[in-house]
Order: sequence, then C-alpha cells, then structure tokens
Amino acid sequence: MANTATLTDRRTQWGGGKSPFNISYGKLMMWIFLVTDAFTFSSLLTAYGFIRHSFSGNTETPWPSPDVVFNHFPFLHGVHLPLMFVSLMTFILIFSSVTMVLAVEAGHRMAKKEVVKYMFYTILGGLAFLGCQAWEWTQFIIGSEQGRTLADGTIIHGANLAINEYGPVAFADLFFIVTGFHGFHVFSGVVLNIIILFQTMDGVFEKRGHYEMVEKVGLYWHFVDLVWVFVFTFFYLI
Amino acid sequence: MNTHTASIDVQHHHEEEHHNENFITKYIFSQDHKMISKQFLITGIIMGFIGMFLSLLFRLQLAYPDTKFTFLESILGHWGKDGKLDPNFYLALTTMHGTIMVFYVLTAGLSGTFSNLLIPLQIGARDMASPFLNMLSYWFFFASSVVLISSFFVETGPAAAGWTVYPPLSALPKALPGSGFGMTLWLIAIILFVVSSLLGGVNYVATILNMRTKGMKMTRLPLTIWAFLTTAIVGLLSFPVLLGAGLLLIFDRSFGTSFYLNEIVAEFAGGIERVGGSPILYQHLFWFLGHPEVYIIILPTFGITSEIISTNSRKPIFGYRAMIGSLLSIAFLSFLVWGHHMFVTGMNPFLGSVFMIGTLIIAVPSAIKTFNYLATLWKGNIIFTVPMLFGIGMVSLFITGGLTGIHLGNAALDINLHDTYFVIAHFHLVMGCAAIFGMISGVYHWFPRMYGRMMNKTLGYIHFWITIISAYFVFFPMHFMGLAGVPRRYYSNTAYDQFDVFMDMNVFITISAIIGGAAQLLFLFNFFYSIFKGKKSEQNPWNSNTLEWTAPVERIHGNWPGEIPHVYRWAYDYSKPGAEQDFIPQNVPDPGQTDELEEPNTLVHNPATQKETAH
Ligand code: HEM
Ligand SMILES: [Cu+2]
Repeated sequence: MANTATLTDRRTQWGGGKSPFNISYGKLMMWIFLVTDAFTFSSLLTAYGFIRHSFSGNTETPWPSPDVVFNHFPFLHGVHLPLMFVSLMTFILIFSSVTMVLAVEAGHRMAKKEVVKYMFYTILGGLAFLGCQAWEWTQFIIGSEQGRTLADGTIIHGANLAINEYGPVAFADLFFIVTGFHGFHVFSGVVLNIIILFQTMDGVFEKRGHYEMVEKVGLYWHFVDLVWVFVFTFFYLI
Repeated sequence: MNTHTASIDVQHHHEEEHHNENFITKYIFSQDHKMISKQFLITGIIMGFIGMFLSLLFRLQLAYPDTKFTFLESILGHWGKDGKLDPNFYLALTTMHGTIMVFYVLTAGLSGTFSNLLIPLQIGARDMASPFLNMLSYWFFFASSVVLISSFFVETGPAAAGWTVYPPLSALPKALPGSGFGMTLWLIAIILFVVSSLLGGVNYVATILNMRTKGMKMTRLPLTIWAFLTTAIVGLLSFPVLLGAGLLLIFDRSFGTSFYLNEIVAEFAGGIERVGGSPILYQHLFWFLGHPEVYIIILPTFGITSEIISTNSRKPIFGYRAMIGSLLSIAFLSFLVWGHHMFVTGMNPFLGSVFMIGTLIIAVPSAIKTFNYLATLWKGNIIFTVPMLFGIGMVSLFITGGLTGIHLGNAALDINLHDTYFVIAHFHLVMGCAAIFGMISGVYHWFPRMYGRMMNKTLGYIHFWITIISAYFVFFPMHFMGLAGVPRRYYSNTAYDQFDVFMDMNVFITISAIIGGAAQLLFLFNFFYSIFKGKKSEQNPWNSNTLEWTAPVERIHGNWPGEIPHVYRWAYDYSKPGAEQDFIPQNVPDPGQTDELEEPNTLVHNPATQKETAH
C-alpha cells in the first residue's frame, strides 16, 4: 500500500503542471548554475593536479611544502606558525555559512529584523575572509627575508606570476589563479549579499511574502564555502 | 540585423498587444521566446553565410594553388596581394570558418533557435522560466559574434591556430601573425559565448523540468524536447571547462604564466623563460568540451529529425523509449571519450585503448537511433515534404559520416588518419552537414509557426537536391585524399609530387562547393521572401500532434489566449487504428486513459512558481 502511494506520488510529481522537486524555477536555476560552476572549478583544479603531478620526483625544483610557504601570522613576526592563519580564514568562512543558515531560517519565519542581523554578520564574515586573503597574498608576494639564491647568483624574494622563491613558478601561478578565482566568487557573493540586505531592509521581501531570494544567495554562499574546502585541501594540505 | 527582424514583424503583426511595449522592448530587447528564437535564427544564418564564404575562399586556393585571382586583392587587401591568398591568412580563414560553423551556427544558431521556439510551445508554457535571462543569452551571443567578426579588421588578422586553438600557437602572441590581437579577440568572443550558452542552458533545463503543462509527463514529451534537454545538460557540464581552459590561456598569453608552456616552447619563442606547464593539459581541457560539443551540435537535430520523420511518415516514432535512452547514453558517454582526439599526442597505449573502447561503444546508441529512423520510415505513409527530405538527408549523411568514425576511433588506425582529409570528410559529413540538414529541415518545418506563412515548396525541392548532391560531391572524395595522406590545414600541397594526382579532384570539390554554396542563396531568398510574401499558413499545416500547432497562428505574448491546453497522450498518435483522422493531437482527451489527470491542479505553494510569466 505504502509502495503504491509513493509510486503515484512520483507520477503526479512528474506529471506536469507543477515542479517535480517542489521548488521554484529560480531556485532550480541556482542549483543548475552551481553544478556548472563546480565544473569550472574542477577544470582549474584538474590543471592543478596535472601540473603538480608532472613535478613529482622533480628534485631540482620540488613542489614547495605549504607548511613552509604559509607560516605567517599577523603581528607575530618571525614566529613559525604553519597554516594557522589559513585555518583562521577557513573558520571565518565556515562561520559565515552558519550565519547564512540562520538568515535563511529567519526568512522562513518572516522575521525581518533577524534576517537583517544575520545577513549583516554573513557580509562581515565575507569581508573578513577577503581581507585575510589580501594579507595572505601580500605575504606570499613579499616572501621571506633571506629569499632564494638562483644559480646565477641573483636572489629572489617572494612570488608573482613569473618568479617563486619557494619552488616552481607553476605553484605560484596556480595559487594565484585558483585562490583568485575563488576570491572573486566570494567578492561577488558579498556584493549579492549586500544587495539582498538592502532589499530586506527596504521590506521588499516582506511585501513579496517570502524570503526566497535569501535562500538563493544562501545556496551560492554555501557553495563558495564548499569550494574553499577543496581549494584549501589542494593548496594547503596535500 | 535586428532592423531586419523588426521590419519583418511589422508586416503581419496582428494587433494583440495590450501590453505597453515599444519598438525597443518588442523587437530588440525582447523577452518573448518566439522573438528571441528569430533573433538567434537570423544571426545564425548571417554567421552561416560568412562561414561558408570563408570556406569558398580557401577552397579556391586548394583547387588553383598557382592561379592569380585579382578579385582577391580587392576584397582582402594585403592578404590577397597580387591575387594570391596569403598563407597565414589561409590559416586564419580555416580557423574562423571552423569556429563560426561549430559554435556560432550549429551551437547557438541551432539550439538558440529551436530550444527557444519549441520548449515553451511544445511543453505548454507561456514563456521560458526566466525571459530576462533568455534575452541576456541572446545579447551575449550577439556581442560575442560582433567581437569575433571584428577580428577580421585587426591588422595582424584573426586567430589562426585552428578552431581548437592549441598552444603554443595560441599562447605565444608572437608565434604567428594570427596569434596576436586576433587571438585575444577570439578568446574574448568565446568567453562571451560560453556565458550566453550557460544562460540559455540554465533556462532550458529549468523550463523543461518545472513548467510542463498538466498531463505533460516526461514520457509524453516530444523527442525534440528530450533532445534539447540532453543538449542543454551536456552544454552546462562541458562549457565551463572551456571557460577554465580559456582563462588559463589568457593568463599564459597576457600575464606571463606558463600553464601550457614548457622549455621547448620557450626556446622556440625566443628565449622566454617559462617552464612547468604542458600543452597537453590544454588538449585535455579543450577536448573535454570539444567532444561533448559535437553532440551539442548533433543532438538537437536528432530531436528535430525524429519529429519530422514521424510526422511525415504518418507513423508513431519507432522505439520512443529507446530514443530517449540512446539520447541519454550518448550524452553520458560523450564525457568519457575525449581522448580519441589525442591518440597521437603521446598517450599511454593502455589509456588509448580505454578511450577507444568508449568511443566504439557510442556507436551502439547511435546505431539504435538510425535504425529507429529507418524503422519509422518502413512502410510509412511517407509524404515527401521539403522538411522530410532534409530530415532523410540528415539521416543519410549521419550514417555515411558515422561509419568512418569507427575507423577514426581506432587508436591504431588513427595514427595514419589523424590530421588528414579523412578527418575532414568524417566530421563534415557526420556533424557539419548532418546538423546543417537537420537545422534546415527544422526551419522549413517550423517556419509557419514562426512567421505564419509557408516557405516556397519548389524552391525548397531545388535547394534540397542541389545541397545533398554537392554535400556528397564535396566531402566524399576527401576520404580518398585522406587515405593517401593529404594533410589538413595545409595551404598548398604542390610541394609533394605524390599528391599531384589529386589536382583534378580538388578542382571538382571546389566547383561542387561553389554550386552548393550558390544553392544556399536560393534558401536565403526563399526565407526572406516567404516572411513577407509566403502563402499564409493554416493552423496545423503538417497535421502534427504537438502542442505548438494548437497555439494561434498570430503570435501573442503568453502563446495561448485562454488557458494552456492540457495533455492527455504522447506526441506520436499517428494513424491510430479506429481514429477518424490519421493524427490525434496531444491535447485531445483519451477516453481509454483514466490517470491522475482528473486531480485538481495543485501548484506548488511557493509563490514564485505561480507568477505568470506572461507579463
Ligand atoms: C560550405 C560547406 C563547407 C565547405 C566547402 C567546407 C570545407 C572545409 C575544408 C576544406 C576544411 C579544411 C581546411 C584545412 O584544414 O586546410 C574545413 C575545415 C573545417 N570545417 Fe568546414 N566546410 C564546410 C562547412 C562546414 C560546416 C557546416 C561545419 C560545421 C561543423 C564545418 C566545420 C569545420 C571545422 C570544425 C573545420 C576545421 C577547422 C580547423 O582546421 O580548425 N565546415 N572545412
Ligand atoms: Cu570526439
């Protein structure tokens, strides 16, 4: 009996005249877009894997160890704190996802004030993350005091798209493009969140009777967060 | 070109508009899917003629390598000095020809036209899920076309690294004249193009899943819609990878990174110290899009052909579910076989055999499709309308070209065949010509739906016969040239004595191409003439079952004046025993069926879905 019920349910669900997943087209489109975007990131991470693999066994310019490259922490000059700062960044981003969940939940209850509050925290988290990333990039670009001495005697400090103190230039190239592309996503997310925050304060969604836009930007925000977990894993952990 | 569309519509527009629309919102930044479909079609046709013209130019060079054509200098300037085509410009011509045909005509032109026109009309929706994004999709495509064409006016000429733009030719701005600014424009154009196709694809999928009218189960969808759905999904999963590949290429070109470059390359390019990357990485990323791309081209025409062959055979399509299954399995497999384009770029032989097996497996669902077409035709009550002829032509070309795919998919044989005219023959027949035939047959078939008039039949028949004969005359001989080793992308083969035997064949091909090209002018004339002066179309000129023919001929916003028709049966009830007519449209109730249709319409309570898209 229960079986037949679910069967007819599924049939009527897909039978036309309604959404098979019970979601609006807007949310469906956001989901589809995120799958697409995941493929864009995958292509960049594939490039990372491909190039990194070609360096395995290369003793001349070995792939650098992230512990050595990313060991700075603001105000703690000279202290060796591998990956502490990036862990903090990651924590901030994940925490902003939590506040986003709370904003969405408040939206379900039509609690405008709380939506505003949690959206604000989320935006703050996003901005903090971007700020940290800027600092992290700066450290990487400046490099260490001793630098690295090349075969011809020149000393290079830090990294950019053409040099890398810590190892192959490819590492720097990939680092900048992948974290840059992710940072661009965070930035777009912050902009979207700000727009939605203002619309919430204007009472746009209250009038509309639902806070679906908050859910949509929420989906995007969680996605950006999830991607960071992969970026973090690839560049900092392995 | 929008002034074209505009003047077209002023002609026989029936005053139905109660919306306050002005000229701009109606004809230029229109959000109506039917208008957007026409914009895609007309842009596609223009791009198609440009692409064809380029091919005739380089065909002339291949047939008469030693002759001087003074007119070349007058149209091409310094690229046709003394009536001789510049060798670098030859490469630019083939690159632009391939890019235009593959992306602009057969991806955007084809999907953009028919997905936009047919998805809302055939599933019973008032418009696309998001008409606004739909409009953006067209305008990104338009901008992309303009950027691409503008590269002809750059001093160093357009991109010349082949339509696959492999590095290092594409990555080092100094490698060729065409590697300069023309290549940058190419990349910008393609990025705009990817955005356009993603905006379109997101919309197509969301619309098909969410907005079907009541009773339109997935298993009642016309095969056109199934084809557009799988095409959109394939596009959504492969174009982003091209975006990623393009991004890295832009960095290599302009910002000194070396994702695709290594030592060897740096030496060749004058000592730029760039190490660590690999051009093979680019090939992997490119073909991860590139192979699915050929299915993005052919799948919509599978759908179109299914519809047209069934309607004009007055028989249900043979193996409806097998057709859906083969569409889905082709789509799935298309992501696993990109390596067959790289058999000779240095690949582990074991990996090569994996890609080979995958490739040969795709032959199975493809064969299912062609056999189903033939079985539908078998003992049908065939009506040889113009679209039907082009549909049959599509099947014919697909079979002819598909058979050589089995040779090329074989890793060992491909060592001989790769980058020869055999490949050119193969992909033009199986993809180029087959898809063009499918597209043209769709235009003849749905022209009355788009413009309320019929295209001229006699001109259509002449167009068909010249086109199919010239298609075979152009591409069939290329198989023999390829088997003998004639390489593709060569400006001239006069340096090789052993290819002298093909001189006459080259002349024959070029003359056939010119005749075939001239026949397309008939089509062009027929198209524009019929928009204004064609015979007025009846409500359902082909006695077809699908919903688009139930909407009034005069095009209105929202497609149906009253309620949207409900659907009670599949799209292929042709020649049903016992029925009065030999067709039963999908919106005719079926007394034999007592399914869930009587239930009250329970739309999702989410207010966003209830928003009527008719604005
Ligand atoms: C008017 C009919 C056409 C003629 C006469 C023609 C002729 C040719 C020839 C001779 C080449 C080889 C050039 C070379 O490698 O040296 C070529 C390349 C190509 N054609 Fe066509 N073609 C036609 C239509 C099409 C269509 C409809 C498509 C759409 C799929 C297409 C796609 C391509 C592609 C992708 C290439 C490869 C370009 C490259 O090497 O980068 N062509 N065509
Ligand atoms: Cu392929």
